[in-house]
Amino acid sequence: MSWGFLRDILSGVNKYSTGIGRIWLAIVFIFRLLVYVVAAEHVWKDEQKEFECNIRQPGCENVCFDHFFPVSQIRLWALQLIMVSTPSLLVVLHVAYRKSREKRHKQKLYKNPGSMDGGLLFTYLISLIFKTGFEIGFLVLFYKLYGGFNVPRLVKCDMRPCPNTVDCYISKPTEKKVFLYFVVVTSCLCIVLNVSELSYLIFKYTIKCCLQRYDKKVQIMKSECQKLKYIDPDETARTALFHSNASPVLVNTPDKPESKTYLLTREEDKNDIA
Amino acid sequence: MDWGSLQKVLGGVNKHSTSIGKIWLTVLFIFRVMILVVAAERVWGDEQSDFVCNTLQPGCKNVCYDHFFPISHIRLWALQLIFVSTPALLVAMHIAHRRHEKKRQLTSSEKVDIEELNKQKFHIQGPLWWTYTCSIFFRIIFEAVFMYVFYVMYDGYQMPRLLKCSAWPCPNTVDCFVSRPTEKTMFTIFMLSVSGICMLLNVAEMCYLVIKFCMKAPRKPATLN
Repeated sequence: MSWGFLRDILSGVNKYSTGIGRIWLAIVFIFRLLVYVVAAEHVWKDEQKEFECNIRQPGCENVCFDHFFPVSQIRLWALQLIMVSTPSLLVVLHVAYRKSREKRHKQKLYKNPGSMDGGLLFTYLISLIFKTGFEIGFLVLFYKLYGGFNVPRLVKCDMRPCPNTVDCYISKPTEKKVFLYFVVVTSCLCIVLNVSELSYLIFKYTIKCCLQRYDKKVQIMKSECQKLKYIDPDETARTALFHSNASPVLVNTPDKPESKTYLLTREEDKNDIA
Repeated sequence: MDWGSLQKVLGGVNKHSTSIGKIWLTVLFIFRVMILVVAAERVWGDEQSDFVCNTLQPGCKNVCYDHFFPISHIRLWALQLIFVSTPALLVAMHIAHRRHEKKRQLTSSEKVDIEELNKQKFHIQGPLWWTYTCSIFFRIIFEAVFMYVFYVMYDGYQMPRLLKCSAWPCPNTVDCFVSRPTEKTMFTIFMLSVSGICMLLNVAEMCYLVIKFCMKAPRKPATLN
């Protein structure tokens, strides 16, 4: 079980993502996961061994290290990567659920189990919201835990059993700072991508919804027009139909006994359209 | 997740590259990534633990090490390789997008062999030419930037044996000794040379694509006439 496992799971998400989602995935794989594994892990490898305090008091270094690094930055980074990638699995699970449902009912229930509509769209939007929430949450956590994204060279420690105040030196502070800034920049980029994808999807499906409603209205009106065409063609009836708008129209041909009478009222119109 | 995954992604782009592009990719993976992983990482493995300063003052070694090596050579190379490989992903994404469009067009009308579609090679023309040329341009820029950063950060490409450090809390000036300086210098020069070769390959590929484009363009009006 390693990062390869996460990578394999996330590769499956790619199929059901939008274009922006695929760019997000590529950024997570290349600029976050790969950089973490090949570079950043080594920078923090010996962080406690190389954390040095200007004191011989046993236990002082341990206590000071624990005080300044309650959770190591590299571990927080790893947790962030895992939490941020996991909401995408909701989409994979939903598609799997759809496919199993189709199998169970032995019939085609969906146009395409992977197409983004209805429930799957809702799941996708929820996963985007969670992803963004986790990114922001971890950035705030990093900021609060370490007092910004700065890694100082020297920290002053006065925890027991250190006698008085002791100078402690962090190893590779500049390199750690550079990688922390890298984390911040890539996180912010991912947040921007998630927010754009969210806005794009909401906008697209709102427009689609409005267009569908408009199409429905037009079709209803067309069908109403076609119904009226079946009326026995009578000059007066036709002119009455063309010139009246919403007012009740009586179409009547009293000369021919078999002729039908159609009465169009506002209530009927409303019912049809609803 | 490691260099192997990057190789898998870039291997897919290889099919659609020019011959020079294929050579570039081979040089990248064999002479840079592989050397980095199997050799350079060992040389720099004990860089801080074997960095010794002539003082007992606690903290002096840490501070001096941080002062002279703000970002380790190994990390800079790893970042350089990642950044230099990334523009090829633009090409991979463009090809994936075209395949996806083709799939969408064909599945509605006729039966399609997915395997055939995935194996199909796209020629570098039209919008793909622009994407490919942009990716080469960015590769050249990233290589140049990293080489410049190396030069500025380490005052040249040589690793000195002795460094004189007077950063606080070191008392006065202290002598600090770098571990394996000659081996590190040799690897630095090697990686620099290979970067240079990769840059030349990229420039040659770009010229080839531009010339190919220019030669095709005048032919079109001729055929119309």
